Amino acid sequence: MEITLNHYLLVSGLLFAIGLAGVLMRRNVIVIFMCLELMLSAANLSLIAFSRFHIDGQSMPDYKAHVFLFFIITVAAAEVAVGLAIIVAVFRARQTTQVTDLNSLKN
Amino acid sequence: MALFFYIFAAVTLFGGLGVVLSKNPVTSAFAMITSFLGMASLFILLNAYLAGIIQILVYAGAIMVLFLFIIMLMDVQVEEKRQFNYGIIGGGALLVGLFVLQLIGVLKNFAAGGSEFRGLGDSDKSDVHSIGELMYTDYLFPIQVVGVLLLVATIGVVVLSKKELK
Repeated sequence: MEITLNHYLLVSGLLFAIGLAGVLMRRNVIVIFMCLELMLSAANLSLIAFSRFHIDGQSMPDYKAHVFLFFIITVAAAEVAVGLAIIVAVFRARQTTQVTDLNSLKN
Repeated sequence: MALFFYIFAAVTLFGGLGVVLSKNPVTSAFAMITSFLGMASLFILLNAYLAGIIQILVYAGAIMVLFLFIIMLMDVQVEEKRQFNYGIIGGGALLVGLFVLQLIGVLKNFAAGGSEFRGLGDSDKSDVHSIGELMYTDYLFPIQVVGVLLLVATIGVVVLSKKELK
């Protein structure tokens, strides 16, 4: 059976679902952050698959998606740097990485 | 081609599952690296060579090393006694199940996606050449904005990592 666009989209969607499950169910803030990265990366896969699928007049892929992927990766890198700095700051103040322990605003 | 696709898709998905299921954050990080390597291979299968290399260099190389450093700095122990909160697990599983059902429904009705990939033509330009050309002509302004964003992120991280915030 030939590999079609839908195969790639299915892999991308399943990876996104796995990341979503991690964000919803895990309580370690570092793992939650990793799952966020997983979701971003899953979106990249469908971008590249659509780029390969949409062939222009010269039979070349649509390279705009690659530029877009470049932006997504850059923003993800900046986000990771800032997010980890915040996690370290929280850890210094509270000595925990469990989201369930960060409940001082509750009640 | 089909065989390679299934192998790399399995590597990617099982790496992702490893991130979510493992108890130790270090194991999660290594599973994530595996997942990113699988995804880079999928990019290369899609003839996106630059995207695959960037994925390995930036994600597996830089971002995951940052994660490992932070895990090392914080000396996170394995979550030993983790009491399950069945409400959260059930709710999350329900939401994810609905998402997967929706995904399957959409893909079943997406007829264009069922056709095969067409072959690529010959070109004397590499994909790096074409992407660079696009980046420095049509997308010049967004590139500059991204540069400013990176500067802001760097300054933000330095400020956040100071000993005491004023």
